[in-house]
Amino acid sequence: MSETATVTEQKAGIEQSTKVEQVNTQHSLIDWKTIWKPLSLIAGVFLIFFWLPIDNGRFTGAVLESLALAKWYAQEHVLLCLVPAFFIAGAISVFVSQAAVIKYLGAGANKILSYGVASVSGTILAVCSCTVLPLFAGIWKRGAGLGPAIAFLYSGPAINILAVVLTARILGPEIGLARAVGAVVFSVVIGLIMHMLFRKEEQAKAETALHMPEPEVERPLWQNGVYFTVMVGILVSATWSEPAEPGGLWHTIYNVKWLLTGFFAIVLGVLLVKWFHVRAYKVVLAAAVVLALAIVFPREPLVAFSVGVIALVVLITSTRGETERWFLSTWDFAKQIMPLLFAGVLVAGLLLGRPGSEGLIPSQWVSSLVGGNSLWANLFASVVGAFMYFATLTEVPILQGLLGAGMGKGPALALLLAGPALSLPNMLVIRSVLGTQKTITFVALVVVVATISGLIFGHYF
Amino acid sequence: MDIKVLGPGCPKCQQTEKIVKDTVAESEVEASVEKVTDIMEIAGYGVVVTPAVVVDGDVKCVGKVPTRDMVKSWIEK
Repeated sequence: MSETATVTEQKAGIEQSTKVEQVNTQHSLIDWKTIWKPLSLIAGVFLIFFWLPIDNGRFTGAVLESLALAKWYAQEHVLLCLVPAFFIAGAISVFVSQAAVIKYLGAGANKILSYGVASVSGTILAVCSCTVLPLFAGIWKRGAGLGPAIAFLYSGPAINILAVVLTARILGPEIGLARAVGAVVFSVVIGLIMHMLFRKEEQAKAETALHMPEPEVERPLWQNGVYFTVMVGILVSATWSEPAEPGGLWHTIYNVKWLLTGFFAIVLGVLLVKWFHVRAYKVVLAAAVVLALAIVFPREPLVAFSVGVIALVVLITSTRGETERWFLSTWDFAKQIMPLLFAGVLVAGLLLGRPGSEGLIPSQWVSSLVGGNSLWANLFASVVGAFMYFATLTEVPILQGLLGAGMGKGPALALLLAGPALSLPNMLVIRSVLGTQKTITFVALVVVVATISGLIFGHYF
Repeated sequence: MDIKVLGPGCPKCQQTEKIVKDTVAESEVEASVEKVTDIMEIAGYGVVVTPAVVVDGDVKCVGKVPTRDMVKSWIEK
């Protein structure tokens, strides 16, 4: 009796184990490939909050600093400075013919002229990261050669309109100017040295012509000139800040800055009607609304200004054709850059705090590494700048934090001259185009030039 | 038909690739769409501003995102 029971039990046990084997040979329902990514994200966020140092004064202070910095940017820079700059950058990419510029960088171009054009054309051609690297490779292989290609590659990211405007506005006009001039001058210097060093390797140019983008809109040069002057006029007068000492021309301009802005806005309205086929009655209507708001809220110029921007968007999007393209490319820039800049400001605020206060990184560390204007401080700033990756424009809030924490002005310029043009990922792409030897030479030249110009700038300012 | 979309991978290039692929899928033309991301290969076509579209070796459009109508006119002869 008991024997049969054990046999049945054994039988059942065997059946059980074959079942388990069968099941195990089937595919698992759990697909780890799709799970591990979100799972580790959730686990990571959990762990961060699990150990969130909320009782630590330095940490909570840094979080507050980061929010305060973001608020300061939102109040002081977004409406008056960034928004007009986006419109200008958008207009440049639509209204200025790229073909007209690239023509000077082709294989048959005058050599001296091609260096000059390459060093400044970043303003027009390099507003989007899509364009820099293909143009660089194209100019080298098919066009004017290694020197101009390097000049373009180096100066491009530093002299586009958004970078210049934001640097001057937040880090001060001296650094803004030094950055733009330094980038242009040194791009030619570095380009020439590269050309000399690798002169023998310049191979015969392939004879194929470069394919030019077709101009979207044809407009005489002087019309473009007037148009851009007016928009830059709006930008400059709206962002004019109160000078330190009362009296003098700068202060007079400060007192009438909104009148000036209004004047430029009226001219812009006239141009929209004359050249861009916007209906006159719409422009008059928009102007009336903005003027009314300016009179009703004389102490809150931002109200009239913001409504003015909205009115401009309505005007250019309700007119068919080129103004629509203007809006689209402006929107592309804003969409691409705003999230990066926002993240950059938050991180810079968290790590470094606003000027005059500390974030997570003690100011002592910063000032001991890059304070003053020693050779070591400048060299360190150049090397770090060359390897670190800065998303578009984020170098500005990061440098603002560093300057506030005690970085010298010389090293700051050194970082600006080495930083945006180079980064580790960028070097790898350049290497795939130029080869290892030329890339190392280029990086070394950039670091040396940035260090020297930092030393000189720090000595005088 | 052999279509190449040239571009190192910026948002505009991805947009171009999508438009070209969608248009080809909609039409009944048999065509292969290939994305070219290597910069030296892009330069080999003489293209310096991306995105660009090459149809059977002909550079059709440079430096901008084409519309669906433009793509249609290239593939339907």
